[in-house]
Amino acid sequence: MAAPSSSNWVMESPHVPHVLAVDDNLIDRKLVEKLLRNSSCKVTTAENGPRALELLGLTSGGQNTMNGRSKVNLVITDYCMPGMTGYELLKKIKESSVMKEVPVVIMSSENIPTRINKCLEEGAQMFIQKPLKQSDVKKLTCQLMNCEI
Amino acid sequence: MDKTKLKQQALFMRTSLFDEGFLDEQFIQLEELQDDVNPNFVEEIVTLFYTDSVRLIYNIERALMSNPPNFTKLDDYMHQFKGSCSSIGAKKVKKECTRFSEYCATENFEGCFRTFQQINLEYSTLKKKLVTYFQVTTLILEKDKMKLRRLVEML
Repeated sequence: MAAPSSSNWVMESPHVPHVLAVDDNLIDRKLVEKLLRNSSCKVTTAENGPRALELLGLTSGGQNTMNGRSKVNLVITDYCMPGMTGYELLKKIKESSVMKEVPVVIMSSENIPTRINKCLEEGAQMFIQKPLKQSDVKKLTCQLMNCEI
Repeated sequence: MDKTKLKQQALFMRTSLFDEGFLDEQFIQLEELQDDVNPNFVEEIVTLFYTDSVRLIYNIERALMSNPPNFTKLDDYMHQFKGSCSSIGAKKVKKECTRFSEYCATENFEGCFRTFQQINLEYSTLKKKLVTYFQVTTLILEKDKMKLRRLVEML
């Protein structure tokens, strides 16, 4: 098991990425969870942006509820969510000193180029069209593991 | 019923669902996710869809009753419902959802209302077909389990 360094992105074990999946839709949450588990990822789900920030330890005065032992290696979030959108969540993550290196992937059912560009410009790793397929997730996790190893 | 006949029935039902346009390739994605860890994954997700979408449909129904109609709200609710339909591969329902959204965009209340009736119809039709389909696939699984148990008992 790798020892924690000053970087936050050392995984618990090189082969088990921990992914935080954010989506307000229950069906999509279940789906993305299963897709990620099938790609050997550990998955935590959140149903909205504020909850995701809480889990990442980015709320004011909040601790990283995962206690430094199970750092998130990837955030995958839906774009259209009531309250805080996926874009706003992305911005908050990229603005934080602690989490800005975490890759963030945006999912959306709509293929809107301006939306996609906006997210990529803000630092999103990738934009995936919904509904998600196993091939999308496999590609994503391969990329993630290659970066980390 | 004998297992071969059951399997034939399941195959026939599944093929019809695709041929008649009730389901699209997203349903196949769900089937591919079914494994030993989650042997009933497809049925579970579909059941979840039908229970979860009750409130989404209710929201749309309520919103259709407000005077004057709030097309932004209607479109938002429909967007959520459509997302779920898309995720399980409910092709015909999804098509009607798209039509509904188009009527929202042109603020055509009559169109929205008519399309909503159509959505309900497609939604119920698909539900009946899937319930029957899962009854057959579950029976097949049960027969397999029984066979395995008998084999184990023989050892």
